[in-house]
Amino acid sequence: MKKNIAILMLVGLSAGPVAAADSVRLDPAPIDVRDFASLQAGARTFVNHCLNCHSASLMRYNRLRDIGLTEAQIKDNLLFTADKVGEVMNVAMPKKDAKDWFGAPPPDLSVTARSRGADWLYTYLRGFYRDPATATGWNNTVFDRVGMPHVLWQLQGQRVLRQEIVKDNAGNDVKDAHGNPVRRTRFETVVPGSMSAADYDHTVRDLVNYMTWMAEPNQVWRKQVGYVVLFLLGLLVLVTWLLYKSFWQDVH
Amino acid sequence: MAAAEKQPVTGAGPLNGVLTWVDQRFPLIHLWKTQLTEYYAPKNFNFWYYFGSLAMLVLAIQIITGIFLTMHYKPDAQQAFASVEYIMREVPWGWLIRYMHSTGASFFFIVVYLHMFRALLYGSYRQPRELLWIFGMLIFLCLMAEAFFGYLLPWGQMSYWGAQVIVNLFAAIPLIGPDLAVWIRGDYVVSDATLNRFFAFHVIAIPLVLLGLVAAHLMALREVGSNNPDGIEIKQNLDPKTGIPLDGIPFHPYYTVKDIFGVAVFLVVFFVVVFFAPEMGGYFLEYNNFVPADPLKTPEHIAPVWYFTPFYSILRANTINFLWIDAKVWGVVCMGLSTMIFFLLPWLDRSPVKSIRYKGPIFKTALAIFVISFFVLGWLGTETVSEGRTLAAQIFTVLYFLFFILMPWYSTLDRTRPVPQRVTG
Repeated sequence: MKKNIAILMLVGLSAGPVAAADSVRLDPAPIDVRDFASLQAGARTFVNHCLNCHSASLMRYNRLRDIGLTEAQIKDNLLFTADKVGEVMNVAMPKKDAKDWFGAPPPDLSVTARSRGADWLYTYLRGFYRDPATATGWNNTVFDRVGMPHVLWQLQGQRVLRQEIVKDNAGNDVKDAHGNPVRRTRFETVVPGSMSAADYDHTVRDLVNYMTWMAEPNQVWRKQVGYVVLFLLGLLVLVTWLLYKSFWQDVH
Repeated sequence: MAAAEKQPVTGAGPLNGVLTWVDQRFPLIHLWKTQLTEYYAPKNFNFWYYFGSLAMLVLAIQIITGIFLTMHYKPDAQQAFASVEYIMREVPWGWLIRYMHSTGASFFFIVVYLHMFRALLYGSYRQPRELLWIFGMLIFLCLMAEAFFGYLLPWGQMSYWGAQVIVNLFAAIPLIGPDLAVWIRGDYVVSDATLNRFFAFHVIAIPLVLLGLVAAHLMALREVGSNNPDGIEIKQNLDPKTGIPLDGIPFHPYYTVKDIFGVAVFLVVFFVVVFFAPEMGGYFLEYNNFVPADPLKTPEHIAPVWYFTPFYSILRANTINFLWIDAKVWGVVCMGLSTMIFFLLPWLDRSPVKSIRYKGPIFKTALAIFVISFFVLGWLGTETVSEGRTLAAQIFTVLYFLFFILMPWYSTLDRTRPVPQRVTG
């Protein structure tokens, strides 16, 4: 019983994130940081679309070798903002200009996946819509009045948010407990992009996958080391248990 | 010529000559015997008695990983955040060192809370162990200071604003408050100056005091001897021939070998977190602390790390201006009292027995209510404020303090059971 209390104290701590202030429902991001093809595709999207305004100043280009790229591949295809593969992913845009243009300088994205979480990024990058009321003409379902315009609009196209009354199978309005019609919002594409909705989701998935990997490039290795260490510690538990029992034989 | 009169060391090993040479110039054998082989501990220690040695282990982990972190960390507001990520990414095995240190911080509190709870269960603070308890409490206060100063160093948003909130508490003190807060920060806001001095406190000032207190804690323990789950004194039943406690066994090898087994089990739990859940769902490493500190952007929700949340809840529970003094001041006073009141336990507990095994239903109920209050307050401290939650925090703050304030009465009234002469295993 007493042991159970101690175990509960440990387990209880892993119950959930502290900061879940967002009331928006987030779509779970179907990512896998061991999928090199997806990570490489995500790296390409990141370098082509994000790395013009956002830096990743803690991320060296040649670290991309960890996701299966060669130094030559990095140099030929991904090295736009630096001269050498040993350099970090910085941007040329001065912070002051960025602040004037966007209201706030675009944040460094090195570890954003750890502060926001993959699900937030996945929903956010798929949540842009046209809104004439904002300065950029864009708004977002996850981040209201966000300063960032929809950078991937050529891929996704332009969408607007429509409100509609929910109908049941018979075509009648669905009413809530107070007798008011239930509304829901949905996106409506007004200008199609170069990708289908499924392809766009896939591209964002790869991008979020890459950002999650970039936030902690050691994470796969960390777990691999963990299995070995725990195996050895398991042996240590066994040996020390036998030692303890043999020493304590004569204590009554 | 006292040294030459000492007996030469005779043993099975090959080092007798060296040991004799050292022993004639240093109390080597004397220390070995008084601290380990001829220090008699009760033979009935249970699960709860692992956490003292485990606290020593975590202290060692924190010091060793801390030394390596200091080699790469930059205590500079411009570089601190990036230098931590540099350790995580570029320094060989830096990620492991850093995760061991961050996980170690939380495990230090888990282990120390369980160690303190053991004292509550078996009355380990009672006469003659009052000073042992006081040293332990001073260690706990040092540990809280150490954790607070250390938490600023990664220079993330939670580091920054957590420090801002806590230092501002001192500003609530009447008259000297605002100047005191500036004096602590070294600036009008938390800044580079604050980071530098917190670094100094974290890596040298507090650890020095901590090590001294741990030594005093252990010396006091050797002087009075360990309590045990029956709460009886084993020194009252000595073997008439040898003078050794009948229920005592030498600390070494019996408890060293048992504690090594405890260490192995602990390391399994510890490394499961380090390797597979170093953030522990945002409780050990808060998500917002991966955002660099920004003095111009206050986060919506500032929550301290989990081990401070019970006391943080008590702070926030004070919402009434009382006796012309601001509610905030009462909050600070109550938060301070909620930790300091533990010092008084040896004199608050008037029960004729020490151990919960022989205490009656009133004490057991009171302890259960206290533990529930501690957990509920801890949970409330991680949440945002709402009317209902503030009311709950107020109710459980009162219950928390009643455990201590009413103890002299309920521990006297309680129906206790007779205590055995010898330990019961």
